[in-house]
This record gives sequence, structure tokens and C-alpha cells, in this order.
Amino acid sequence: MGDRYEIRFSGSGGQGLILAGVIFAEAATIYDEINAVQSQSYGPEARGGASKSEVILSENVIDFPKAQGIDLQLSLTQESCTKYYKDIKPGGILLVDEDFVRDIPEGDFKVIKLPIIRTASERIGKAFVANIVATGAITAITGKVRIESVEKAVLSRVPKGTEEMNKKALMAGYNMAKTKTAA
Amino acid sequence: MGTLKLLQGNEACAEGALYAGCTFFAGYPITPSTEVAEYLARRLPLIGGVILQMEDEIASVGAIIGASLAGKKAMTATSGPGFSLKQENIGFGMICEVPIVVIDVMRGGPSTGVPTGPSQSDIMQCKWGTHGDHPVICLTPAYVQEIFSETVRAFNLAERYRTPVFVAYDEIVGHMRERIEIPDKGVLPVENRRRPTCSPSEYMPFDDTQGDVPPIADFFSGYRQHITGLNHAADGFPVNASPRIHTDELRLLRKVEGNRKDIIRYETVMLEDAEIVVFGYGVSGRSGKSAVELARAEGIKAGLFRPLTIWPFPAEEVAELASRVKAIIVPELSLGQIVLEVERCAKGRCEVEGIFRVDGDPITPDQILEKIKEVG
Amino acid sequence: MAFNYDPYIRSGKLPHIWCPGCTFGIVFKSLLRAVDSMQIPKDDIALVSGIGCASRLPGYVDWNTLHTAHGRAIPFATGLKMARPDKKVLVVSGDGDATAIGGNHFIHACRRNIDITVIVLNNFIYGMTGGQHSPTTPVGHMATTMPFGNVDPTFNIPALAKGAGATWVGRGTAYHVPALDKLIVGAVEHKGLSVLEIINGCPTTHGRRNKFRTPTDMLLWMKETALPVSAFEKFPAEKTVGKFPIGVLYKGEAKEYSETYFAMVEHLQKKQEGRGD
Repeated sequence: MGDRYEIRFSGSGGQGLILAGVIFAEAATIYDEINAVQSQSYGPEARGGASKSEVILSENVIDFPKAQGIDLQLSLTQESCTKYYKDIKPGGILLVDEDFVRDIPEGDFKVIKLPIIRTASERIGKAFVANIVATGAITAITGKVRIESVEKAVLSRVPKGTEEMNKKALMAGYNMAKTKTAA
Repeated sequence: MGTLKLLQGNEACAEGALYAGCTFFAGYPITPSTEVAEYLARRLPLIGGVILQMEDEIASVGAIIGASLAGKKAMTATSGPGFSLKQENIGFGMICEVPIVVIDVMRGGPSTGVPTGPSQSDIMQCKWGTHGDHPVICLTPAYVQEIFSETVRAFNLAERYRTPVFVAYDEIVGHMRERIEIPDKGVLPVENRRRPTCSPSEYMPFDDTQGDVPPIADFFSGYRQHITGLNHAADGFPVNASPRIHTDELRLLRKVEGNRKDIIRYETVMLEDAEIVVFGYGVSGRSGKSAVELARAEGIKAGLFRPLTIWPFPAEEVAELASRVKAIIVPELSLGQIVLEVERCAKGRCEVEGIFRVDGDPITPDQILEKIKEVG
Repeated sequence: MAFNYDPYIRSGKLPHIWCPGCTFGIVFKSLLRAVDSMQIPKDDIALVSGIGCASRLPGYVDWNTLHTAHGRAIPFATGLKMARPDKKVLVVSGDGDATAIGGNHFIHACRRNIDITVIVLNNFIYGMTGGQHSPTTPVGHMATTMPFGNVDPTFNIPALAKGAGATWVGRGTAYHVPALDKLIVGAVEHKGLSVLEIINGCPTTHGRRNKFRTPTDMLLWMKETALPVSAFEKFPAEKTVGKFPIGVLYKGEAKEYSETYFAMVEHLQKKQEGRGD
């Protein structure tokens, strides 16, 4: 259990956060051969309102499959941030969209603010690739999974014809986070 | 090397069915099992198979029994309330000895309960859901890979013992995604039912002189037969108030209970010197495994018994454990069902403690660890 | 020459369970004559039933026969048909079995227009359990669970079938036997879901409580009350009060379910081959 790393993708239903979790888990477990478990919120919760998808990574077999202490939480909306941040473990990371999450909760965690949705809509031209921009950012921040693996997983999961756009979105998020964390 | 995939438990179940040769699925949409049907709906037509969304849960069991009698390997999948509805025709499958596989992805109840929450509270319904006496085979996988392999095994057992077989797992393992390896064809055994070798005129569908599992002929294969949900004689025709009913029901019981060694499977962790054993299946077995690791790290002699076959119940194994350990802890997502079976088998030779939870969250390793310390 | 029933009857299973005066035996023989005239091999036909007096019929016929749970014959038959779309699948049911407990299966089989023949032996009562009112018991009739006269409105089975999408709907009686033979042939030959309602009499649990003093009275009632559909439609409304039409009542056109399904399968498989994977 020692090396468990827990990531939560949160936002509102329809932002593609479940897909982001699936892509990240697939990158980890199929292309990088790290153990991964992905789970998500279901039912009415998944349609609008706050929605979440979680990925647990470990070099060891993952027995208990639910998140217990979040190492990194992504929040693309204020509602999801407020609702879920309490699960972040001491010393963890809260990654927020800087335009949509203005009220940053206080706690024993590091906050990283990035213009995720703005990057998707202005640089890529489609707000709906914000989930992929975020996945790129998380790849850079966590350093747990190779960006090449994440790219492979993105390409295997996104609709045909959107590959180039998603690749661009992934790299935009990745580079943005690299620059920010280096600064 | 097979194929690596990141799959949901429900998707792995569908892959297992396909691997086992399932070509017929009938079901009705219900959370949290629907992904099984959706996955098969994309795959079965491509291999010439049939996927039917029936008008209700009752009809879906009827349809797969019809298909199985015509020689197909057939399956349905459901959850809590749907499983209750299916019981009537499952009973028919039991008395007429029809090989089918029924998946129950357990959610909270009673009634509509918590459709999207996990539960393990159908486990007694698996055993006692229909009226009348009959044996039950029920498998309880806990990992996505296991859902695949146990679904294959469910088909094999259904064919081998000519009976409905259940695979029951909770919403958590049904919905979570893990890496699985789908083995190449031929790696896992795939069995087919024993069909008659006698001439059609000599054939009797319930001929117990052929052993406890009589051969089964396909409808339309020249072996004209009568199949009825009434108690029946060897030739398949109804009998009333006859000693035959008693002997035939005993045969049904014997064909499962008499083959416990073949049917019962489980995983154990550090039982050799264990003083406290966690008996958990499904997601509670996973929590149990983590708890045992935590306890061992603290120097507590804990072990795990994780059944993959919950019915027939591993009674001898539990009895043996009870004779040499201090306590057996039973975590389950119900208000106490399988714990009763553990108590029955332990016969007071060790302490049996349950941990019960029905709030929509799994029992955590810490909860179990706490109990281990409490009884230790 | 008299028709030889022997090749079709599981003689060892007789005598049948039906009461003296029950008209099901008439239907039973009509069914055998009709299917014989179509020369369907015995191995290629299945007869499926649910629960009730009518549902015991399959046990006496030397085909592939399946006696299922109450109301559930149609789903089992659907499974058989979709597993072996090349075979003939018939369902024999009663009024309670088909339209009360099995009503949902009945309407959905009609909607799918799957190639199954559903023969409903309507005797207006739950006979096997001793005379409780069914969805076809006439209003005012006595039944053990309506001891002061039935107040439950009734189903019109052909109208229900037509409304739900069946593409062949007919009605016959146990009195009009030569016509019944032809109706059964028509129903079985039809590709799609066919519903044939056959008016029957249950002297034991319905007739004697409802002013039919003898079984013959019930047959005479059929004789006097049934009108060929052609006549029924021509007569002015006041002349058809209390009468019911018999014959082929409706024939429609719609795609048959198993054919449509397997056409989809064939199309998908060809597409897959075309892709070379």
C-alpha cells in the first residue's frame, strides 16, 4: 500500500472527466505497466452537478479500490472543489482552473492554478478538450506516467478525426504545467 | 500472451461470456449491471449471436432458457430488484436442469434502494431466492480479471452440472476499471454440455441411470422431448406424489453438493499461522486483504480467506479454520448475511465477528484492522 | 378415411387431464390435423405453454414440447425462435395465462412481430384453480372470486393483439371445427406474430355457474353467437349485438423480427469481412 498515489479528476458532469481518468489509468496500466484502478461517480451525480473520477496508481497490487487520501485533486469547477477538497491528504496538491475556481479552500495542501479551460478554448479552439489539457497538466505535475504513454492512451480513446486537436491539447496542458511548476 | 485491456468489471464479464462461447444474451436495463448488455450488444451480432432486450426481467430469463434448450450458451445480467423478478424462471431452470448463467451486480436495497451504490445483500437471495429446494452454484469474483475468469468458469460449471450458475459481484468491482489480460483461445478450458449418444427413441431427458447429470439433447435435434416445470419422471413427464420426486430432488442436491471439491475455489493469504482470519468476498475481500497486510506489518498474526465460490459454501474449510484460530471476522456490505453461514460452520469453536455496512461505501481496511485489534 | 392421430399423440400420456365436456380436446385434434396438412416434420416444430388447463396440451403431442411457468410461454418461445429461426414455434395458452399474468409478454411479442403462432384457448375463466374470473370473464358472470357477479371489464383478445402489432389475428370456436382447422393453418403459415383466439367452454368452473346447464349448451351458444366475419361486418350494428365475429379478423404487413435481426447480423458480418479484420 505504501506507494499508492491517488488522483481525483473533478468538475461538472459533461466535462469529460471520466474519460480523462480512464485515459490516465490506461496510460499507466497498459502502456507503463503500473497497476491502476479507475472508478467514478454514477447516476444523477454524473449528469451535471459535481462529478468525479478517481485513479489509484501503485507499483503493487491494488486491493482496496477506493481513494482514501487524495494526492492530487483536479477541480474544474468551484462546486466540485468545495465539495471534494477535504479528502486531499496532508501535503497533497489541489490543481484548479484559475478562472472557474476563485474561492480557494484553505488546508495543508499545495495549490496550483492554471488557465485550463481558457487554454482549451483559446489555444485549441474547443472548450471541450479541457479534460485533455488537464490530463497533460496532471502528467507533468505527478511525473508518474510517461507523456508518450498518455498520448497513446488519448489517441486510442478519442473520436476519430479529433486526434490532432487532442494531441495539441495534451501537450498544451503538459507544457503549461511544466513551465508553471518550474517557475 | 493474450490481449491487455483496461476494462470495467461489467465489460470483463461480457468478455468472459464471449470467451466461454456465449452466443445468446437476453436482459433488461438496470443499474449497475447494464454495461454487460451494452458491451455484448456491440459484440454478439458480429459473431452471429443474439442479443435481446426483453420487455422485463422475467422474460429475459425465459428467453435464455429457451435458447439454452435449443443448444446455445446463454446468459442474462441484472441487479437487485431485477434479480428478484428473475427468480421465478430461475426456479424453472433449476428443476429442468437448464445450463444458463445469471449475473447479479449487487446494489443496495430492499426495493429500489441505492441503484448506484455497492452491496452484498443478495447473497442469501442467490441461495434461497426461488421457492423450493435446489442447490446453488454462485461465484464471487473481486477483481476485474477474476470477473472475466469466473464468468468463463460459470459457463463451464453450468454446462458440466446442467444447472443455472450465478456470478454475484458488487457495484464497485462491476464499475471499476482495471487492467486485464484476455487469454488467447485455448488457454482457459471451455466446456460443453454432455449430449446424448443413445438413439432418440431411447432418450430420456432426466435419466438418472446416466449419472447425476443426465445428458441433455437440443430441441430440434431429433430428440423430441417434453420439458416441464412440474416435478417430472426420467422421461420428463409430470409425476405427482411419488417417491421419485424425493429421489430426484436429492439427485439435484447431490450433483452440486457431491462435487464441492470441484466447484469450491478460494484464495488464502497467510493462513498457516493465523490467529485471526478475515473471511471476505468481493470488494470486502479486497479490503480484507489490505487489512491483513496492515495487521501483519504491526506484528498481528492475521490471515485471509477469500471465497471465489460462495455457494456451495466452503463449510469444511471454515470448520477447519474455526478449530484452530481465535476469531473469524466477516466484513460484508449487508446487515449480516454470510456471517450466519460462517457461524453455522464454526459451531462455536471460535469467535465470529461481523462488520456490516450499508451506507453505499465499502468497508475500509482500517475498519477491519480496528476489529482485528479488538478481537486480538 | 378417418384421420390417423396416432403418429402425433404420446399415447402413453393419456388419458388427458381435461374434464368431461371440456372443449380443449376438439382444439387438440384440430391442431394435429392442421399441422399434419402442412407436412411440418415433427422434429422441426416446438409447442410451448405456460400454466393452466390449456398449457397441458403440449404434453400429449409428440413434438419438441415445453411446459413453462405461468404466463411465460412467449419469452421461452422467443428464445427458441431466436436460437433456431429456421424452426416453427407455436405457443398454446389460456385467457388468464396469455392476457393477465402473461399480458406484457403477449403485447411485446405482437410488437416485435416475431414469427411465433400464439393460440389462446379462451374459456373465460381460470379453470385449473377452480373458477376465478379472468380478463375475459363477461361482466355479470359468476366466478368464485366474483361471487356476486363479475364487475371487471374484459379484454377483446383480437383487438388487443391487433393494437399491439400482431400481423395476423383470427378467432375460431370449438364448435366451428372445419373452419378452425383452416384458421390454424392460416395462423401457422403466416410469417410474423399470429394470434388465434379459440372460443372454448369450461362446463365445470364456468358453464354450470352461468346458466349453461350442459356442455352442449356452451357449444350451442358458440353456434348461435358466432358470425363469420364477412357477415358480421355487413350486418347493421343492431343485428350484431351480443354476437362475435370469427375468421381471419386482421392481416397486416410488417417486418418479421428474427429475419430483421439476422439480416442485421449478416450485414454487420459482411462489413467486417470487407474491412479485412
